[in-house]
Amino acid sequence: MAQLKLTVNGVIYEADIDPRLLLVHYLRDTLGLTGTNVGCDTSQCGACTVLVDGLAVKSCTMLALQASGSKITTIEGLKQDGVYHPLQQAFWDNHGLQCGYCTSGMIMTAVDFLKHNPHPTEAEIRHAIEGNICRCTGYHNIVKAIKAAATQMADNRPLQRPQGQV
Amino acid sequence: MATQIIGSTVKRREDPRLITGAGKYTDNIVLPRMTFMAILRSPHAHARIKKIDASRAQKHPGVLAVYTGEDLKKGGVNPIPVGFVLPDMKTAQHHPLAIDEVHYVGDGMAAVVATDRYTAKDALDLIDVEYETLPVVVDGEKATHAGAPQLHPEAPDNVAYYWKVGAGDADKALTEADGVIKQRIINQRLIPTAMEPRVAIADYQPATGDLTLYTTTQNPHLIRLLMALVLGQPEHKLRVVSQDVGGGFGSKIYLYADEVIACFAAKQLARPVKWTEERTENYKATIHGRDHITDAEVGYKKDGTITALKVKTWANQGAYLSNFAPLIPTFFYGPMLQGVYQISNFFVEVWGTYTNTTPVDAYRGAGRPEAAYLIERAVDWVAFELKMDPAEVRRKNMIPPFTSAPYQTSMVYAYDSGNYPATLEKALKNAGYADLRKKQAELRKQGKYMGIGISTYVEITGAAPAQVAASIGAGVALVESALVRVHPTGKVVVYTGSHAHGQGHETTFAQIVADQLGLSVDDVEIVHGDTERTPWGAGTYGSRSQPVGGAAVYVATQRVIEKGKKFATHMLEAAEADVVFEGGKYFVKGTPSKAITFQEVALEAYTAKKVPADVESGLEAISFFNPSNFTFPNGAHIAVVMVDPDTGKVDLTRYICVDDVGKVINPMIVEGQIHGGIVQGLAQALWEGAVYDDDGQLLSGSMMDYALPIASNLPSFETSRTETPSPVNPLGAKGAGEAGTIGSTPAVANAVMDALKPFGVRHIDMPLTSEKVWRAMQKK
Repeated sequence: MAQLKLTVNGVIYEADIDPRLLLVHYLRDTLGLTGTNVGCDTSQCGACTVLVDGLAVKSCTMLALQASGSKITTIEGLKQDGVYHPLQQAFWDNHGLQCGYCTSGMIMTAVDFLKHNPHPTEAEIRHAIEGNICRCTGYHNIVKAIKAAATQMADNRPLQRPQGQV
Repeated sequence: MATQIIGSTVKRREDPRLITGAGKYTDNIVLPRMTFMAILRSPHAHARIKKIDASRAQKHPGVLAVYTGEDLKKGGVNPIPVGFVLPDMKTAQHHPLAIDEVHYVGDGMAAVVATDRYTAKDALDLIDVEYETLPVVVDGEKATHAGAPQLHPEAPDNVAYYWKVGAGDADKALTEADGVIKQRIINQRLIPTAMEPRVAIADYQPATGDLTLYTTTQNPHLIRLLMALVLGQPEHKLRVVSQDVGGGFGSKIYLYADEVIACFAAKQLARPVKWTEERTENYKATIHGRDHITDAEVGYKKDGTITALKVKTWANQGAYLSNFAPLIPTFFYGPMLQGVYQISNFFVEVWGTYTNTTPVDAYRGAGRPEAAYLIERAVDWVAFELKMDPAEVRRKNMIPPFTSAPYQTSMVYAYDSGNYPATLEKALKNAGYADLRKKQAELRKQGKYMGIGISTYVEITGAAPAQVAASIGAGVALVESALVRVHPTGKVVVYTGSHAHGQGHETTFAQIVADQLGLSVDDVEIVHGDTERTPWGAGTYGSRSQPVGGAAVYVATQRVIEKGKKFATHMLEAAEADVVFEGGKYFVKGTPSKAITFQEVALEAYTAKKVPADVESGLEAISFFNPSNFTFPNGAHIAVVMVDPDTGKVDLTRYICVDDVGKVINPMIVEGQIHGGIVQGLAQALWEGAVYDDDGQLLSGSMMDYALPIASNLPSFETSRTETPSPVNPLGAKGAGEAGTIGSTPAVANAVMDALKPFGVRHIDMPLTSEKVWRAMQKK
């Protein structure tokens, strides 16, 4: 067993865990944060994407211990003061989801992406989400939703580039 | 009178939980004392199990039990049945865990139940198995050849069934034709890949004998029925729950071995048992789709008229017949080869064959994509040979508009309604077809290869008229139910036998009720996915939910309105014949100013202040809707591609489609269904393909190796609609779930072949990868 200390959605957790425990299983099984889904086990589909210190990471391919000392944000931590994140709102407004299984990961990837590129073109959006697979929407409305969120966010508040990131 | 919520875009009511991570997927469920199950799967495609020794696994700390096929058999577990039976069909015994022999890589052999998932997986490595490997066949045609390895003693030559259908005299018509094209054409095997792998949690209460199965299914009632038969668990002591499901596309229709084993184990251990599929496991253990090898002969006249189609198809069904497998390459394929054309002479033969591969069953489109791909390629072959425009060959052969009476096709079905020429012309106009052809000619002069592909498909949905389905082999009536229950305050709960796993029924079904009753959509709750809460229904697949399930909701709502009229009659002190219901209000004909609201009537139904004793209280109604015919969505899809002559890489640059899915409840949701369908279909044309080596190893066994469509390889889509209401249900809906998939595969394949025309290429098989395309371009 090994000592883990990390922050998830603003709450500090300490635990003694099996060193081989995957981050996604820690989030889902230990913390009960089941909004983060597992889709492929091999880092292709991105359904398990969470933010680790602000960066989009596929949590099925990271050990929980590797996240020790980090600040994690999952889909459950995105809504602030009862208000949807602009991306959540845009996915709803633009029918950017059907079965919803890829949605958490897709939104978390887009959160990271829009921090780095607040005014993306369609091609840039499509490139940004190519590590997230959706089998329902054909991506058409996901691209539309991310574009709409970008516009909304750019209109409403200045965006900050995270430190040390491109 | 309706308030026109039907036909309007209403944002989905499912979404708030799904965008916040609060979806109720099966894997999220945690039960007290829950255990975890893992399955040992065969690494060999065909082998005799000489010895299986689980003693080391059983002693591993945390392991509660290990089960083999023999244990299940001794415990009274039956083989998994086939739900669609053809004459003379040879059904191989499919035990939930293999007994004596394994028949494909992924065939389950033993199950470990442990206190946690990691321990269960560890213990799989401790099961010792001695195999005697046997010869393997993976090709659906070669399986029938003399000397081929034999899978099942019940099925000589590996033939599960032989089936044929025809019309006119195909041989004579081929002899008399001006030209005959002979072409082998492969519709490759696909892996459905719903984003959520399958999950089963079985919870047994020994004191009461109640068994609950939480599972990722598209049709809880069918699973309950099949599970009752396999497990010997009385149906009334079995509850199947399937809440949010992360996509199905057909792959979650069937009763799988894994959930049978979980139920068996839960009964044995008297503890909840959870099994969660991993993706590499999913690629082997969950059904695959398509996999046809076909020899086609097409007869045509010089003017482009197609006179005959003769087809031999070997449909690879995999190691066992999955629940509905025999329906797909037969009744959902053969008769649909007529497409939207006036062709009189057909002969279609199908051999459904066993091979050492994962079982094949319905995958999005199911039979119709195989038919549409063949006939739509055939039309382009004729255009190729005659140097005609493919649009012109389509016009030449197309069935004329029929909107008032069904069109009797040459084989089996009567199309419900359609205006195929109008749909084609609209698509050509939206695409700017003439300009595209001009641009193509200019680009060719510059050594650039643009391709324009058309497909004009028709498909069959809305399963099914129960008596027709029974007559062709269905083991269960495919009617659909809805119970509409009105509460005293006028709020409504609808219990539907349909199931949504992305389709948005919680929104569209509520729209149907709100529209009819003059309520807000928010006043209507939709309940699905629980056999204990909903009436019997056949579930959601084959684009049936609006034309059958939605129709049941509509009919039950009408019955509620009629029942409400009895209360309103007394409240208004009028004759029942004079009372009308419009805009959510009952009133005496001609005096709408003295109307009473639906809510007032609902309250009266439960308070009986004004109605006499002979009017029964309560306000609810049920419908089991049995459609009079199938429905036949159709459309015209146009793809534009650029092919790089140096690399063979295909870029899809535009996609234009016009679909007639009948009346639309929610245009936003229908468009979403079309978008997703298009991508699944075109991915078959360009990228996807399940590949086995000769030893039966699945080479495309994970998402690293199976080429799924990603956003950066796709454009946005130019969608549009025509609308010929279906006469077979009161909504006029035809179903929209599979239309995109069926239209897009041939449109994109035709576009690539159109680009290759200067190279003299008539046909290459899918997926049209860079390598294949490049090689084809080198031949000239």
